Amino acid sequence: MSVLTPSPSIPRHGLFYRLTRNKVGVAGFIIVGGIIAMTLIAPLLLDTSVPGDAQNTWSGPSAQHWLGTDNAGKDVLHQVLLGGGTVLFVGMTAAAITTIIAVVFGALAAYLRGPVDSFLLQATDIVMTVPQIVLLAVLGSFFQLTSPTVLAILIGCLSWPILMRSIRAQVLSLKEREFVEAAKLLDLGTARVVFAEIVPNMAGYILINFIIAVTNAIYALVGMYVLGLAPLAGANWGIMIRKAWTYGAMSLPEGTLFMMAPVAMIALLQLGLIMLTRSLEEVFNPRLAEG
Amino acid sequence: MVATDTDAEEAATLPRRRYGGWSRLAAGAAVWLVSAVGSYLLGLGWISTLLIATFIASVTCYWGSYLTKRVARAVLAIAIVATGVFFMVRLLPGNPVDVYIAKIVAEGVPYEQAAAQAAAFYSFDPGTPLWQQYLQYMWGLLNGDFGTTLTHVPVLEKIGGHLPWTLFSVGLAMIISVSIGLLLGMIMAYRRGGVIDHSISAIGSALHAIPNYLMALMIVVIGGVQLRLFTLADIRGTYSAGQTPGLNMEFIQDAMYHATLPVLAYVLTTVGTWALIMKASTTQALGEDYVMVARARGLGGGRIGSMYVGRNAVLPLVAQIATQAGFVVGGAIFVEIIFAYNGVGYTLYRAINDRDYALIQGLLLVITITVVFANLLADLSYGLLDPRIRTAGKEEES
Repeated sequence: MSVLTPSPSIPRHGLFYRLTRNKVGVAGFIIVGGIIAMTLIAPLLLDTSVPGDAQNTWSGPSAQHWLGTDNAGKDVLHQVLLGGGTVLFVGMTAAAITTIIAVVFGALAAYLRGPVDSFLLQATDIVMTVPQIVLLAVLGSFFQLTSPTVLAILIGCLSWPILMRSIRAQVLSLKEREFVEAAKLLDLGTARVVFAEIVPNMAGYILINFIIAVTNAIYALVGMYVLGLAPLAGANWGIMIRKAWTYGAMSLPEGTLFMMAPVAMIALLQLGLIMLTRSLEEVFNPRLAEG
Repeated sequence: MVATDTDAEEAATLPRRRYGGWSRLAAGAAVWLVSAVGSYLLGLGWISTLLIATFIASVTCYWGSYLTKRVARAVLAIAIVATGVFFMVRLLPGNPVDVYIAKIVAEGVPYEQAAAQAAAFYSFDPGTPLWQQYLQYMWGLLNGDFGTTLTHVPVLEKIGGHLPWTLFSVGLAMIISVSIGLLLGMIMAYRRGGVIDHSISAIGSALHAIPNYLMALMIVVIGGVQLRLFTLADIRGTYSAGQTPGLNMEFIQDAMYHATLPVLAYVLTTVGTWALIMKASTTQALGEDYVMVARARGLGGGRIGSMYVGRNAVLPLVAQIATQAGFVVGGAIFVEIIFAYNGVGYTLYRAINDRDYALIQGLLLVITITVVFANLLADLSYGLLDPRIRTAGKEEES
C-alpha cells in the first residue's frame, strides 16, 4: 500500500533532477510531449481536410504516401499526424473533471465524516456499480454526442468513485497529522483546512492519479469510437480504427497500416502516460525506488 | 488503495455491541413471519417471499451489524441502478414500436390499426403511462420476472443462453492470468533488480497500457492476416456452425478453439498488472520479521516461499481479484464484439441496436448484480481473511 510521503521531505529544486535521473520517466515524458507537440503543430503545417487521392485508394507505402492510403485515397500519415487532437482533449478534460470531483468529495467525506461521509460513500457505490463502459455505450447510441466537450463531461462524471475512495483514505490518514491539528486549532475554517492545508500535501498523489485518469478516459473514448457508438464526424485515431474495421482493412495487405497506425499511436500514448506515472511514483514515494 | 478498504475500516471501527441474544432472535423471527405471510398474500412467488422476509427481518432487528448494513447498501444500490436504467432507456428517443408503426402507416394502413398491430406483435405498449410501466417492472423484478424481449422470449432465458459463454471465456482468462501473474510477480520480487525483473516490468507495463479491444484488433491483424495462424471467419463466434451444444469431446474442443482469441486478448492485457501488484506485495512480505525468523531457523527456500511469503503476499490480493471479477463481465463488451463472441456483451450491443428495452434492462441489471456481489464478497473477505482488520482500528489508514 503506497503510504503517502508528505511533500516537505522532497526538496523543490530536486524534483527536476529526480525526474530526469529516471530513464523510464524521461522516455515517457518524451513520448507524451512528442505526441502533444505533434497534435499542436501538425494542423499548422498540413491541410486539415486531407484531400483524397482517387487514383491511389488502398495503396501501400510509397514515396508519395509514406504509410499508404485508405479507402478514399487519403494519406494515412497525414491522418495520423492530425488525429490526436480530440483524443488528447477529451482524455485530459475528462480526467480533470474526474480528479476535481474525486478530490473535493473524497477530502470532504474524510474530513467531515458522519452523514456526509456515508451519503458520499453510498453515492460511490451506485456510480461505481453502473458499468461505465456499458452506460456510455447506451448513452452514446441514443444521444448524438457530437461535441467532444459533452463526451468529456460524460466520461468524467462517470469515473470518479474509485479515485474518490482512495483520496478519502489518504485524507483520513493526513488529517491526524500535527499541521492539520494546528490549522484546526487556529480555527481556519473547513474549506481552508481541507483545500489549503490537506490537499496540497497530496499533490504528487493527485498528479499521478490524474495521469491514470487520462489513460482510463482514452480507453473509454476510443472504445466508443471503435464500436461506432460515438458519432463518426471529423477524423481522429478512434474514428480511423472504426473506418479501417468497417471497410475491412485487415483483410487487405495494403490496409494493414491504415488500421495499425492509429492503434500503435494510441498504444504509444497510453504507454508513455503509464511510464510517466511509474517514474512520478518513484519521485513522490522514494521508498518504492528501493524495492 | 482499493475501493473496498474503507468498508473494512467501518467494520473495524464499529462498536461491537452485544445484542440481547434470545429476545432479539425472537423479534427477528416474528418480523420474518409477518413479512413472509404479508408478501405471500400480496402474490409473490415463494422464493422471493423467503428472500424478502429474511431481508426485512435482518434489517429491522440486526441493523447495527456490519453484514446487514453492507447487504442493505448493496440492495439499495441495485434498486437505484434498476430504476435509473429503466427511466434512462425510456427517456431516449426512438422506441421500436414507433418505428414499426411509422413503417406500416407509410404503407397506407390507418394509424389506429397500425398501433393495434404493433401492440400485438411487440410485447411492449408505449401507451401505458410511464409510472405504471415502472411499477409493473419493479413488481416483476421482485417476483424474479425480468419481462420478455421484443420477440417474446423471456429475458432470463435469453440471458441464460449467453451468460455462460461470457463467464466461461472471462473466467478461464482470469484463472490463467492471475496464476501466471502471481507466479511471475513472486519471481520478480525474489530477483529484484535482475534482468527478469526489468524485462517483465517493461513488458508488463507495455501490455497493461494497451486497451483490450486494441489488443484484440492487433491479434486479428497480426495473427490472422499477416502470419495466417488462423482464419478469422472460422474462429469467430462461440462455436462452429455445424455443432450442437452438448457435453462431448468434439463440442468442448470446438468451444475451446473459439474461446482462444478472446481469452488471449484478456490474458495479455491483464497478466502484467497482476505480476506488478504481486511483486509489490511479495516484496513487502519478504521484509517481514517472520520471514527472517524462518530463514534463521534454517527452513528451506521452497517452504518459506510457499508457506511464509506466498500466502501472506496473496492475502491482500484476494479482495482485488474479487472486485476485478465483477468488472470484467461488463468490460467484455468490446472484445466480444470484435470476435463476434456470443456472450453478454455482444448480446447487449445488439439489444441496444434493436432498442430492446426489456433485454437492455435485464442485461444491465445482471451486470450490476455481478459487480455488487463481487464488491460485497471482496468487502467481507477482508475481515474473514485478515483478522488484524477486525481488531486493529488503525488499519484504516493504509
